[in-house]
Amino acid sequence: MSMLHTVNKSAYERGTLESCVSKAAKGSSVLLIEDGVYSAVKGGTKAGVIEKAMGDVSFYVLGPDIKARGLDEGKLIDGIKVVDYSGFVELTVNNDKVASWL
Amino acid sequence: MSDVKKFCYLNRKAPYGTVYAWESLEVVLIGAAFDQDCSLVFADDGVYQLMKGSDTTGLGIKNFSPTYSALGDYDIKKIYVEKESLEERGLSLDDLQHLVWEDEDEDYAEKDSIMVVTKDELAQILEEQDVVLSF
Repeated sequence: MSMLHTVNKSAYERGTLESCVSKAAKGSSVLLIEDGVYSAVKGGTKAGVIEKAMGDVSFYVLGPDIKARGLDEGKLIDGIKVVDYSGFVELTVNNDKVASWL
Repeated sequence: MSDVKKFCYLNRKAPYGTVYAWESLEVVLIGAAFDQDCSLVFADDGVYQLMKGSDTTGLGIKNFSPTYSALGDYDIKKIYVEKESLEERGLSLDDLQHLVWEDEDEDYAEKDSIMVVTKDELAQILEEQDVVLSF
């Protein structure tokens, strides 16, 4: 059973990402959307949350959300994949379930 | 004008995800019409409000990031950004918009509005205010 987790809050403001990652099973996917995309920036103190989990979980960010926030794709943690809205839809249909971490 | 008060707008939320940043900016621009001593503080996720290169086309919502560059025209010359908040987020001053105001006493020379300050300096700045408005 594969699962898609979405996180829409900044890890610098809330513990949502850490909570999600700690409960995401091996092989699942985490998609960062809205303010969740800030957690994907390299060099930040919360970058380790994603870097440590990367071997077990696949990480994605929603492209339009990083562009709106002035974040440069080149500054994202290596290995995070950028998807557009149709990529979001694909992730949703390719996983059995979706859990939203609000 | 003995009634001039020191107003500080304290911004701690990221833009676009919630309405706080946009609401704050609106209040600042309205408030600027009242000739008070205004300063803006950006700390915690609020530092993201000043990021350059924002493009909201994909979201289909208004991009209000360019509005920050109008603050100088409203005589807002003091924009404090917390150093620790930038560093924690892997950001530096280079990631932010270059905001300026024109000094009419010096032939309208452009001067930087953004000052990066430490949390201790920020504590002092907040202490000096008459009113602090939080967003």
